[in-house]
Amino acid sequence: MFAYAGRILRVDLTTGKVSTEPLSEEMAKQYIGGIGLGIRLLMDNSKKGTDPFSPDNPLIFATGPLSGTMGPTAGNGYAVVSKSPATMGVGEGKAHGFFGPDLKRAGYDAVIITGKADKLKYLWIDDDSVQLMDAEHLSGKSPYATDVAIREELGDYYIRVSAIGEAGEKLCRFAAIINDEFRAIGRTGMGAVMGSKNLKAVAVRGTNDVNVADLEGFTEFVKMIHERMKGPATTKYKTLGTPANVLVLNALQALATRNFSQATFEGAEKVSGEYFNEHYVKKIVGCATCGMRCDHIAVVPEGPYKGSTSRLEFECLWSLGPLCGVDRLDAIIEAMRLANHYGMDGISVGVVVAFAMDLYENGIITKEQADGLDLSFGNGDAVVELVKRIGKREGWLGDVLAEGTKRAAEKIGKGAEKYACHIKGLELPGYDLRSLKTAALGFSISFRGACHLRSGAYSPDVKGKVDRFKIEKGRGKIIAKNGDLYNAIDSLIVCKFSRGTYYKAEEELAQYYTLATGIPMTAEELMKDGDRIENLARLFNVREGVGTRAYDTLPYKITNVPIPDEGAAKGQYVNDKEFQLGLDDYYSVRGWTKDGIPTVEKLKELNLSEYANIVKGGES
Amino acid sequence: MPRPQDRKFVSADPDKCIGCVVCEYACSMVKEKTYNPTKSRIRAIRMGPLVNLAVTCRHCADPACVAACPKDGLSQEENTGIIMVDEDACNGCSWCIAACSFGAMMMHPEKRVVFTCDSCKEEGEPQCVKWCPEEALSFVTSEVLAQKSRQTAVKNLIQEASEKASE
Repeated sequence: MFAYAGRILRVDLTTGKVSTEPLSEEMAKQYIGGIGLGIRLLMDNSKKGTDPFSPDNPLIFATGPLSGTMGPTAGNGYAVVSKSPATMGVGEGKAHGFFGPDLKRAGYDAVIITGKADKLKYLWIDDDSVQLMDAEHLSGKSPYATDVAIREELGDYYIRVSAIGEAGEKLCRFAAIINDEFRAIGRTGMGAVMGSKNLKAVAVRGTNDVNVADLEGFTEFVKMIHERMKGPATTKYKTLGTPANVLVLNALQALATRNFSQATFEGAEKVSGEYFNEHYVKKIVGCATCGMRCDHIAVVPEGPYKGSTSRLEFECLWSLGPLCGVDRLDAIIEAMRLANHYGMDGISVGVVVAFAMDLYENGIITKEQADGLDLSFGNGDAVVELVKRIGKREGWLGDVLAEGTKRAAEKIGKGAEKYACHIKGLELPGYDLRSLKTAALGFSISFRGACHLRSGAYSPDVKGKVDRFKIEKGRGKIIAKNGDLYNAIDSLIVCKFSRGTYYKAEEELAQYYTLATGIPMTAEELMKDGDRIENLARLFNVREGVGTRAYDTLPYKITNVPIPDEGAAKGQYVNDKEFQLGLDDYYSVRGWTKDGIPTVEKLKELNLSEYANIVKGGES
Repeated sequence: MPRPQDRKFVSADPDKCIGCVVCEYACSMVKEKTYNPTKSRIRAIRMGPLVNLAVTCRHCADPACVAACPKDGLSQEENTGIIMVDEDACNGCSWCIAACSFGAMMMHPEKRVVFTCDSCKEEGEPQCVKWCPEEALSFVTSEVLAQKSRQTAVKNLIQEASEKASE
């Protein structure tokens, strides 16, 4: 096979047993790689009802077909898939940087890690040699410090490391896995699964060639994407970066503020992309094989956090800033640095802190319970301190919050769940769903919980392609189609920042795949793969008891608290009637039952009949 | 007859280089017909997010690698300054690798002889320079490099002075 390594590595941390098996061309074509291949391997290598922290829950690292090639953004990715300790359904994340290509060059399309090491270990993959190494001396270290220490002790600067921090070791349910200092498998708590296995890191060195089927054609294709990357499709990412969203969303009354209490932020100017770039950004750097460059590296020039350095993008700027009522970029940058230091999802941790602040403001938790912290909205220093305590699970509050908003609310009681902004246990990203209702529907049906990147459903709302203040028939089709495309993108592991460079996305991504692998792929087949991946993920969630209509929900604040700010969006919230209509529309487009379960016919159409037993009880 | 000061080599601008390693992939693709940074003649170093630089052979005027070779396997081309490797003479002892201050002399992972940048002689011009998406790489003489540095220094000085004057 071209571009693919053609091999899957299996590692049992309990016994230390290591083996490889071939990847068939049929599997490659139907699941592509990345999250598609990962979800298939998760389904086939786990039993119903397995606890995410059980040794039996497989943790799967998967490269994409393009990883290790010169393909911009796709050449540098990898994905991690497992059962999520946040959602109890499919957990997955992708990260770019430098780790993915080395895993491919080492000769693996995927690594299936099961079992649990007797003490803290790291996995050292050096081409064909696979070893478990002692990592007790790395306990408590940040992912980056772990990266540096491992490269130092193995004696090769070019070894690539993907690691967890203290939060992962301590099973924080939104712990991340991080490579290259700040590139995170961020969402759904994959770092906690890794921690539950006593696995501190995966270190890899790959020295083999990666060959594409049509080198000349592939090179021409890459050249074309490079040219397009210099144009308008990527301007946003190369200039202000995603923080440009702050003022855009604020103007639309869609910048959720103070834990979704308001939808505009009076301090928006001070945390805008414009202000951020002028006062904090020191350099914009890039990932392997990608000259687009988007990583805005911010350095705090003065004040209590002077010298604090972190990459910062819109979502985390929002969650640690406006959502907590904070307009101080120095505190936001330091909080983000700490999120990376302890290895936590920067979106979730911000939403969790905002949740605690809301509870504090409403008298549900006291200053004493907050271990003396003044959690008033707007207190940037308290945000920094609380992120630290969550990362270390320090104090009563730090420990409770490390469970995520859903479980923390259950533990705290007293109506705390009304302030918990999550879907399926995963915290909301930075879009106020009360004034972006396609996004509300799209986020609710996402198989990994609240997520803007499973279907990009915020986009038609923000771009004004639909009436964003209502859910109506037709939204289901938009979401399903984009969902299929995004599944394909995340299986190819193309970076979504570059999605605008594929002018005819379906055709060009299919062409990209064929040039690299030599496996014929049409646009229709690629989209069908996306559909198949969506259905398989849904099936996994159905099998685990979290995949039906009852789980496609929205947080209390989105459905009950109207936007109070003056403006066009004043009074907006998602009412149950339009929401249920939206679910019906989406399920019918998908060919699912009223209860949101794939039908046997649908499974047959997608070559998934072997899983029909999962849905048979669910036929209506 | 070309003069030594006309020799060009590939140099990366530290302000522009973002460490994306497109140059490594371009090099292995052109020279080895595969994608494999360990077979690239130019390598990028990333030390923290703010420090990135791609480094390759600078065709030194008095090359330490050539002097270090006990097998007389290395020589410098007069016109271009390119270091030529006699692959039959090279026994992989790595003295030249130790001698090079830039890590530009490397061991080929399969051939087990050393290899380094030949400015893409056969291709007419260095292909990494063509591919660099940030225009951070240039194929320059040391004289041009000095000119560029002088221009930058003067620009910064004048700018500082005018900023001070306007304060």
